[in-house]
Amino acid sequence: MHRGKGMKFVGDSRVPAERKPNIPKDYSEFPGKTEAFWPNFLLKEWLVGAVFLIGYLCLTVAHPSPLERVADPTDSGYIPLPDWYFLFLYQLLKYEYAAGDFTVIGAVIMPGLAFGALLLAPWLDKGPRRRASQRPIAAGLMLLAVLATVYLTWESVDHHDWEAAAEQGEMLDEEEAAAVEEVDTEAEGYQIYSDQGCIGCHGDQLQGAGSAGPALFDVPYDAESIKDIAVNGIGEMPADQFDGSDEELDLLAEYIASGGNPEAGGDSEGEEEGETTDEEENAEDGEETEE
Amino acid sequence: MLQKIYEWVDERLDITPMWRDVADHEVPEHVNPAHHFSAFVYCFGGLTFFITVIQILSGMFLTMYYVPDIVNAYESVKYLQGEVAFGTIVRGMHHWGASLVIVMMFLHTLRVFFTGAYKRPRELNWVVGVLIFFVMLGLGFTGYLLPWDMKAYFATVVGLQIAESVPVIGGLAKTLLAGDPEIIGAQTLTRFFAIHVFFLPGALLGLMAAHFIMIRRQGISGPL
Repeated sequence: MHRGKGMKFVGDSRVPAERKPNIPKDYSEFPGKTEAFWPNFLLKEWLVGAVFLIGYLCLTVAHPSPLERVADPTDSGYIPLPDWYFLFLYQLLKYEYAAGDFTVIGAVIMPGLAFGALLLAPWLDKGPRRRASQRPIAAGLMLLAVLATVYLTWESVDHHDWEAAAEQGEMLDEEEAAAVEEVDTEAEGYQIYSDQGCIGCHGDQLQGAGSAGPALFDVPYDAESIKDIAVNGIGEMPADQFDGSDEELDLLAEYIASGGNPEAGGDSEGEEEGETTDEEENAEDGEETEE
Repeated sequence: MLQKIYEWVDERLDITPMWRDVADHEVPEHVNPAHHFSAFVYCFGGLTFFITVIQILSGMFLTMYYVPDIVNAYESVKYLQGEVAFGTIVRGMHHWGASLVIVMMFLHTLRVFFTGAYKRPRELNWVVGVLIFFVMLGLGFTGYLLPWDMKAYFATVVGLQIAESVPVIGGLAKTLLAGDPEIIGAQTLTRFFAIHVFFLPGALLGLMAAHFIMIRRQGISGPL
């Protein structure tokens, strides 16, 4: 580069007035079939990128990204699962000598050693040889680490109950969402529902809470059976959950039997729903005609 | 016309040397899949960069709809996914890209390791690469919470429990990330959003710049 006396600049700037021509290097003198990055090689890379992008978009279209129901921190029964690339660590922490009293081993020492060794690999493997076969210790340890990671991830996937996981996170479908809308939280029955702690496992809209308790807006029981269940329990639901007067129990059972909407009434509910749907349809038809 | 504009700018800013630095470097035969098909293993780094660019672009579009608070976060994601034109594609690309970038980066790391490309004089570039790996895992962890659905929330609860189990600094680290020693809630979501959108991408861009400048300076490692 030209420096010092005799240099001319553009105005009072430090940009030299004499300009370098924009001519690419000639690679014909380089060893082998070396080629220029711009534009020869970039064009090929571009094609590979385009093919990759098509595959990527196909994946996106074929498998829309998942979304479960909105986070509910009170659902203590939810089986958590991190994203797949953290599963090896998640699985490691399930083993006896890497969990409980030994959590420090599983959460800090083992990953710390592995990732520390990865970070410092150039100083742990200092020899000048590059071929994997010429440095069996480094290559072997890396291979072992990769196999261990794959194995742990596999075990984690294998142990997880995918069906239960899909069920516990499911969003309410349209019918259920409509039923939740109908729930009358002003009613006397709702007050009892809330005070008696039913709300803890069956949700604040009778929608249930995943694995803790099922939804209650569409139960196949009449008021009498519901009274019995509230007092004596059923399935996984323990007995003696209800602790109030008989009148309150009556009100609660009525409330739940009516799907959280006692004013619509238990048996007549179906008919009324039918009517509203007809009306809604008529209204929609009307709108369409107006348009 | 374009030539005139280029010359006008070049006269004032002398951009030709910069442009030649970017464009003018050789691609040796042993890394070119057009000559040896097995050289496709050298593509993983470039694909990692390609997906990173997609992640940045799709993420920028996602923030046009996403609201980082516990009342609206879930609803805004649901709206984006169900109502917005191409919203499901944009979110899908960001979702799958997060997995693909980890896969590509892992393969790139293995390629560099098994070809011994991290050896003298390229030690520093290896260290920067491993730091990029950590930043990417951090981006995956913080991004996972943002839709604020069940699996997002409980995965974060588990992740923070693991952070908490680290002796001495564990509790502090958890408070720093979650915004509270006990509660994982509103504060956690805004903190994870800030970390995911500002802190880690800032670190990532700086590290990637260092990664690429070092490659330009040292050139690609020779054939085995």
